[in-house]
Amino acid sequence: MTPFKRLNSTTVVLTERNIDTDQIVPARFLTTTNRRGLGQAAFADWRFDKHGQVREDCPLNARQAETSEVLVAGENFGCGSSREHAVWALLQFGFRVVISSRIADIFRANALRNGLLAIEVDADTHAWLLDNPGAGVTVDVVQARLRLPDGRDIEFELDPFARTCLIEGVDALGYLLGQEQAIAGFEQGAREAA
Amino acid sequence: MSQTLFDKLWNAHIVRPETPDAPALIYVDLHLIHEVTSPQAFTELAERGLKVRRPDRTVATMDHSTPTWPADLQGQRRYASEQAWEQVRTLLDNCDEHGITVHDWDSPNRGIVHVMGPELGLSRPGMTIVCGDSHTSTHGAFGALAFGIGTSEVGHVLATQCLLQRKPGKMRVTVDGRLGAGVSAKDLVLHVIGRIGVDAGTGHVIEFAGSAIRALDMEGRMTVCNMAIEAGARAGLIAPDQTTVDWLRGRAHCPQGEDFEQAASQWLQLKTDPGAHFDREFRFDAEEVAPTITYGTHPGMVVGVDQAVPASIDAAGRRAMDYMQVTPGQSLLGRKVDVVFVGSCTNARLGDLRAAAEIMRGRQVADGVRMLVVPGSEQVRKAAEAEGLDQVFLAAGAQWREPGCSMCIAMNGDQVGPGQTAVSTSNRNFEGRQGPGSRTFLASPATAAACAVKGCITDPRHIDGPPEVRIHFPAPRQMEARQ
Repeated sequence: MTPFKRLNSTTVVLTERNIDTDQIVPARFLTTTNRRGLGQAAFADWRFDKHGQVREDCPLNARQAETSEVLVAGENFGCGSSREHAVWALLQFGFRVVISSRIADIFRANALRNGLLAIEVDADTHAWLLDNPGAGVTVDVVQARLRLPDGRDIEFELDPFARTCLIEGVDALGYLLGQEQAIAGFEQGAREAA
Repeated sequence: MSQTLFDKLWNAHIVRPETPDAPALIYVDLHLIHEVTSPQAFTELAERGLKVRRPDRTVATMDHSTPTWPADLQGQRRYASEQAWEQVRTLLDNCDEHGITVHDWDSPNRGIVHVMGPELGLSRPGMTIVCGDSHTSTHGAFGALAFGIGTSEVGHVLATQCLLQRKPGKMRVTVDGRLGAGVSAKDLVLHVIGRIGVDAGTGHVIEFAGSAIRALDMEGRMTVCNMAIEAGARAGLIAPDQTTVDWLRGRAHCPQGEDFEQAASQWLQLKTDPGAHFDREFRFDAEEVAPTITYGTHPGMVVGVDQAVPASIDAAGRRAMDYMQVTPGQSLLGRKVDVVFVGSCTNARLGDLRAAAEIMRGRQVADGVRMLVVPGSEQVRKAAEAEGLDQVFLAAGAQWREPGCSMCIAMNGDQVGPGQTAVSTSNRNFEGRQGPGSRTFLASPATAAACAVKGCITDPRHIDGPPEVRIHFPAPRQMEARQ
């Protein structure tokens, strides 16, 4: 993973609530056995009509979306299926941050495991972001702060462990492998108790 | 201090307690894997030169990408694509390389992962169970802590048998009273999700309690816990009781004989202490639950099948109703149906098939309706065939398929066509879930079967015409929320 400390970007806004991972990556793209080539699958049925034509009214197809790294979405983003393909697809599409007022548990865990920062913000901030697509925001991972163009500077919750992984660009598996002694000890204890 | 069932399960699996700087290290007793969410995890292991730490705690099945058509005379299966076949082959190769038991085409136990695990007695009270599949919450019906994970975490468990987790919050949904005739566990859980919302459980583990939950058989309990994720919950849980013990006795992977009785007496201790604290609580009365159906594009948009859908809606509701071609304020009864699907990890167990068959017996699938009945596992298929349920469905004009996820996730070629209306016993009615442009109405097996027979959305209690006396359901009581 690439270390992620801070970024400035305009936002792309999807106002819909309860955007599920079937919308983010439809199941027909899940027969892959690797993590590649999913950028095209991101929101495929929102970005393209049934004839494969680009939907001009989809915010993800706007020119600005090509350079935007921040996706703002309606409440309860990423609900439904546990498919990590949803996170891979968003990263490959070009996003590094997702902001909503509520983010589903499994999606959030998957996001942080891959260096996609999923941020929950309060209702006022969320409403402002939904109303101002294309706003230029600053996301500071080190300070866990989101800065809006009107000067608001909002602290967001970020698990210290996930923050370290993001800043250093490392994943959790290395840390887990370092716990071998504790794991073996637990297994030994469980066997003795049985 | 009084503890909840979830506290007890959590505490018993802490390898390292959580600190401000690091989440808890939680031990996983059983890791179930399947072809869709595991290949990239095995690649990760290979790239780092790692082995599967506990192949003996890992069990694989193939269910999502697998065709449900029987093999042809040459033994060939009709995969939806080369890639789907490749994915299944990759699973078989990975299991072979790492010494993992896999229930493949030759296994008499192959099935949807959340049907197969319990059936084999792999899922037992007191365990931690994970799988790269959100409906892993199903196994919570046995008083196990069971939840879905992503592929990175599948890799973590393969490599270390552990997960890094912050402890979720605690929520309880109590349902007292008795379900009415023709009302099932599926109706109950749809009703609950409709009231509490699709994100009420986010960040929480839900314990289901109350006399209506205790009255459910294990299949019904699995249906309820299966749908806990549709309320956003990390997991669903039901305390083990004699129903649990009786269901598990004699299952292949359960202890046998005296060992079983000893285990069972421990399982029966697993329950929430009186006075234990929950962060959120909801209460419902089972008598208020009608046969319930969804009308929108998430499982919280529900209505009693004989009631009108809401008249006043917000923008999200409008978008959903536009997509579904549902008119605000109107009843769904009589809405033409193109496809009926009885299957999935929610409702493809023997009791579900019996409920559907009871409606189908001596009746025909209506003209213009395609009905698929897909048993949840080989064991379910054989048991259903032994009592002639397959013949009931076939005689009615339905298709009787081989086990798999099939049309629930629609990635194996079993699909609902664009613009078509499907009544499904599965768990998700998201836009395009059952195929691009598909419109899904979620319901119980009995309701789905009634819709197949009538060719339109139908109240299963009134399949032979309108009732002489309308059953009246009182207005829903305001739910009590104790914070």
